[in-house]
Amino acid sequence: MQAALFDNAALMIMLVGALVGIASTLVGTFLVLRGVSMLSDAIGHSIVFGIVIVWLITHQQSGPVQIIGAALTGLLTVFLTELLVSTRRVKKDAAIGLVFPVLFSAGVLLINLYARDVHIDTHTVLLGEIGFVWLDTLTLGDYRVPQALVWMGAMTLINGAFVTLFYKELKIATFDEALAKALGMAPGLLFYVLLLLTSGTAVAAFDAVGAVLFVAFVIVPPATGYLLTDRLWMMFIHGALVSIASSISGYWLAVFWNVSIGGMMAVMTGVFLLLAFLLGPRYGMVAQVLRRRGQRRVNEIRTLAVHLYNHEDGPEQWAENVTQALREHLLWDNAKANRVVARSREQGLVECRGQSLVLTEAGRDMAREILEPTRNGTGSLTTTAT
Amino acid sequence: MSPLELITDHTIQNVVIGAALLGLISGVLGSFAVLRKQSLLGDTMSHAALPGVCIGFIIAGAREMSFLLLGALTTGALAALVMLMLTRNSRLKTDAALGIALSTSFALGVVLLTHIQNQNNAAQGGLDAFLFGQAAATLRSDLWIMGGVTLVALALVGAFWKEFKLVSFDPQFAASLGMPVMWLEVLLTVMIALAVVVGLQMVGVVLMAAMIIAPAVAARQWSHRLESMVILAAVIGVAGGVFGALLSALSRGLATGPLIILSVSSVVLVSLLLAPGRGFVWEGIRLWQGRRRLRYQQVLTTLYRLALHHDDPTFRSEQGMLDTYHGHRTRAALRQLLKRGLVEWRSAPPEEPRGAKHWVLTPRGRDEAERILDSLGRGES
Repeated sequence: MQAALFDNAALMIMLVGALVGIASTLVGTFLVLRGVSMLSDAIGHSIVFGIVIVWLITHQQSGPVQIIGAALTGLLTVFLTELLVSTRRVKKDAAIGLVFPVLFSAGVLLINLYARDVHIDTHTVLLGEIGFVWLDTLTLGDYRVPQALVWMGAMTLINGAFVTLFYKELKIATFDEALAKALGMAPGLLFYVLLLLTSGTAVAAFDAVGAVLFVAFVIVPPATGYLLTDRLWMMFIHGALVSIASSISGYWLAVFWNVSIGGMMAVMTGVFLLLAFLLGPRYGMVAQVLRRRGQRRVNEIRTLAVHLYNHEDGPEQWAENVTQALREHLLWDNAKANRVVARSREQGLVECRGQSLVLTEAGRDMAREILEPTRNGTGSLTTTAT
Repeated sequence: MSPLELITDHTIQNVVIGAALLGLISGVLGSFAVLRKQSLLGDTMSHAALPGVCIGFIIAGAREMSFLLLGALTTGALAALVMLMLTRNSRLKTDAALGIALSTSFALGVVLLTHIQNQNNAAQGGLDAFLFGQAAATLRSDLWIMGGVTLVALALVGAFWKEFKLVSFDPQFAASLGMPVMWLEVLLTVMIALAVVVGLQMVGVVLMAAMIIAPAVAARQWSHRLESMVILAAVIGVAGGVFGALLSALSRGLATGPLIILSVSSVVLVSLLLAPGRGFVWEGIRLWQGRRRLRYQQVLTTLYRLALHHDDPTFRSEQGMLDTYHGHRTRAALRQLLKRGLVEWRSAPPEEPRGAKHWVLTPRGRDEAERILDSLGRGES
């Protein structure tokens, strides 16, 4: 039964894809929040160098040695970038863009030079071969488990353990680095460990999705979560869900269209981000437009209430407080004036008496509150929003 | 190959001309990108060129350079637009927006690339070359297009030189002068896509970012003026590009992109180390010299103060005491002073058991010490 499970290529591929996404989300969330997402791009590219070097030295294709060895290259990139920035000769963005291409170029050239000895070609470097992850297996107990699954699973567990153990520290270091420093939490060290884990994840995911697609898994699911929630732990949940959904939908679409599976999974993360961007409950475009419209309507009603209140019981009351007058005095066109009046009536703020508009008690209260916010003794400027 | 053959070889000619064009355009446009802190936008736009190349291929049905480049230009600019839209209309910051646009558009490119490859279209050969660049595959007809694009970009830079300069350094001031800052920035951004387009064949989409950044950063070290920086960046770009491309064309099997990037990056390294004024090496030397001067000036003024204190212009200070007083060995500093004739030594008086040297200020040393103390504002202390 379980053996059949591990022989199911489709399931294995989707599982690896989901694990890549989840492990990356765990570290990527902090990168996105700290505003250093592009470090994942740098790390993803530069581990190519490490992978080739470690392979040439130890001839180990995967496993802990490969992961740790190559992950150090990722860290090296970050270190060199920060070194370059600290000299103040080069701005941060340019420094990132200078360091990783060098390591990446060196890696690609080494692959070219030792083409016969290296198990990867330059094509795999960029795209990965998630479709073939079930070919490389490892015997665990009685089962033959795909290697990528084992190492991705291990990285997911390690990242998960790190985030759980240092949740509070990471949270403070991310949102208030000065406070973290003051509390003696060594945010710098914490950040480097985070980047080391990012590099390790990149190496473990390398065979499956390659150097560049990895960036999508690190940045896009957490960014999607960021568009959907304000809670840190919810970002992890959203990110994991996006990863799983992208993995499953990406796999089937890729099979359907006969295209790159890893690529399609990464595209799907983008699709989910787009959905969150458009339809997110709070920060989505649609929600923003609706909220802005609601705000505008409230403001229109308040304007009307103030206008009526100002002229109430005045000499020109009968000339001012009619729908007609709103056109000249508030510069509203007929349709708008009618709309606002209708809405105000619905809310019981304004009544029609023949031609003229009269504030109800509630409407008068609203206008008073706007004009004399301190009158009720509260001194607050906040008004009741409807 | 003999040098003569090298010059007349058709492929080599193409490679050299192509690499020179690339170096020219990316050096010039990269200068603006780096100054405007948009280096990584180049990275995003170059990765985003991949789907454009594939779409161009699908539409043309063959490796028709003009279609591929037009596609690359379109998707590159689109990615920049998406990135801008994400930062303007959502809570995502620039870095995340860049990463999102980069990775998802590249993923789309990968999907389209595999789609094309699965069509078993005989004409699809060489599309892979756009990943890392393959200079040797450059055709003469490609060069005409690349040359045209470069010419357009240079003409635009020439036409809007003053505006671009102002927008790069002080956009607020430019806006206050009534310049259409937004349009100028859009134009500069789209022009990065032009550079990417020229670089596709040579360095490929993955490494194009470095080609935009590196020559500009290298040139920045040598120059404080935009005019000379742009020209120097173009020269460095051309030199690095031609060198890397030639290596690749001659070695067979080594990808062009990485070789070009490594040669340009070594120019960056040399510039960072040796550029006059800004180079690390000079800075290190200055620092070391300054520290040495401070040391011996310290010792000199100590001797002067001791003499003053004892009311004896020829007061003899023992070296061990000077060491203790300063907390470090003063021998090197004293030797410096001796060489300059500011101090001289006397042998120890016979009654002292250990004959350590004693140091005495010369009249010149006294003047020098007074000068130093005056320049430090002795009156205030």
